[in-house]
Amino acid sequence: MSRTVLVFTEQKDGRLRHVTYESLTAACRVAEGGEVVAVLFGSRQSEQVEEVGKYGASRVYVVSHDDLHQYTPDAYKQAMLQIIGEVDPDAIIMGHTAIGKDVAPRVAARLGLGLITDCTDVCTDSGEVIGVRPIYAGKAFQKKKFIGKKSFVTIRANNIELQENAQTPAVIPFDVTIKDVRSVVRKVIRRSASGVDLSEANVIVSGGRGVKSAEGFRPLQELADVLGGAVGASRGACDAGYCDYALQIGQTGKVVTPELYIACGISGAIQHLAGMSRSKIVVAINKDPEAPIFQVADYGIVGDLFQVVPKLTEAFKRALEEK
Amino acid sequence: MKIWVCIKQTFDTEEKIVIENGKVDEKDAEFIINPYDEYAIEEALQLRDELGGEVTVITVGPDRAENALRTALAMGADKAALIQDPSLVGDECVLARMLAEAIRREGFDLILGGNFAVDSGSGQVAIRLAEELDIPHIGSVTGLNVNGRQAIAKRDAEGDTEAVESTLPVLITAQQGLNEPRYPSLPGIMRAKRKPLERLSAQDLGLSDSLKTKTLIIEEYLPPEKEAGKILEGDLDQQVQELVEALCGKGLSFN
Repeated sequence: MSRTVLVFTEQKDGRLRHVTYESLTAACRVAEGGEVVAVLFGSRQSEQVEEVGKYGASRVYVVSHDDLHQYTPDAYKQAMLQIIGEVDPDAIIMGHTAIGKDVAPRVAARLGLGLITDCTDVCTDSGEVIGVRPIYAGKAFQKKKFIGKKSFVTIRANNIELQENAQTPAVIPFDVTIKDVRSVVRKVIRRSASGVDLSEANVIVSGGRGVKSAEGFRPLQELADVLGGAVGASRGACDAGYCDYALQIGQTGKVVTPELYIACGISGAIQHLAGMSRSKIVVAINKDPEAPIFQVADYGIVGDLFQVVPKLTEAFKRALEEK
Repeated sequence: MKIWVCIKQTFDTEEKIVIENGKVDEKDAEFIINPYDEYAIEEALQLRDELGGEVTVITVGPDRAENALRTALAMGADKAALIQDPSLVGDECVLARMLAEAIRREGFDLILGGNFAVDSGSGQVAIRLAEELDIPHIGSVTGLNVNGRQAIAKRDAEGDTEAVESTLPVLITAQQGLNEPRYPSLPGIMRAKRKPLERLSAQDLGLSDSLKTKTLIIEEYLPPEKEAGKILEGDLDQQVQELVEALCGKGLSFN
């Protein structure tokens, strides 16, 4: 069964986000020979049109409106409903991002649609769209399907392997009407100092109680900087006040799947493992050779993180300079 | 001020998951209030103490969910409602409609819930509820002030913080960092036993045929177990060197 699949793209700092390419890749699969239609919010967009075409979009709606520069649920919901009304898609896909997870349930509720959120894979089987998603923060998984013809999924970043499918998209400027926006964003404070977001970071250097203080995170940040990564933390470190809760990884906190996860002074409580054990490669550094974190680590170093981490930073610096 | 808190009873986060016949097995599991919902309860109690009014906690669930409601009452909530009906087995769409009906009948100024539940992790019910009630919502909130007819919230947007203003009524989903939830006190636990807890069925809410689930779970399963890796040996410099070479050899993309 071929489908028309609508993808809501997302940009950050003028560039399409990685999860948008993953959404397009998933859309090509779900389309089963049908059409992939992309939506771009914003103005300056010739590059982005080319990019979404490279990953399979054959039609691109370009939507420009003052109320869409900054996300609010009311404005985005109205714009999305108008585009969905125009395209009448069989399936809708977007990233499970700060925006996607916030607006998709509203749009689904308004349209009376089922929604499968936070999918790590999307496929089709015997004419049905199936979402695969972690539950209990990844301790288990579930497969879900839709009742009714239309499907709507949000996708977790860093899980779907990109596949190009070059198209030359038709560009369609599209006007939307937005009124009665009830919540307004007065100010945005950018907090992620290095600019690398935890949920999309390729490399995460994470600290637990073993880091001992806020100051103790400094060597971890230095290692993360050398690797172009982000710093995370366990609940233990957050509860102890060593760092902000925004950095917490685990069943409460963020679930991450970077290419490389370096756990420093983290013992590996079940609730933390749930948040990181699906990282591609896990390195554990801990004084206690019996720490459960070593059970999920690909490489372990038994030792004091304050000795190991700076040496690791130096060794990576040398290795990366040689490249 | 009529404040509602939507909660869910979930597995304790330290529980291991056991699968039986393609479904997560609940037998022998310890249950808690979803940790994100505890922030919502705490915030509701603080706002009530500041502004006056009452806090009602509500959930949809089986008999055991009464324990979660009693815990919330012991923390200081005034009333509780348990929606329970064997005919109502549904997804987020169904849950949101039931909650909407129960809350609409009683009236509301402010609704709080957790950012998501640590079991299903879908993060839909509260936001769908806002749409069902046609009120605005602010998701993933780490700071909240309510004055008169306006809410001012700090919203966590992937590390950035947005300062958001909204008219009331509004629905708020609580993110970690919003507050430090209190523990129920002993007198609180005693008082909770006598606080009103209403049980509602689909019929009570005037709902039945109109409620159709839109998604179905095909199966639940455990991910492949990860094999424990290699503990590096030798002196520290050797270990570090071996690790860096191994990682660089994996073709990882740094920066």
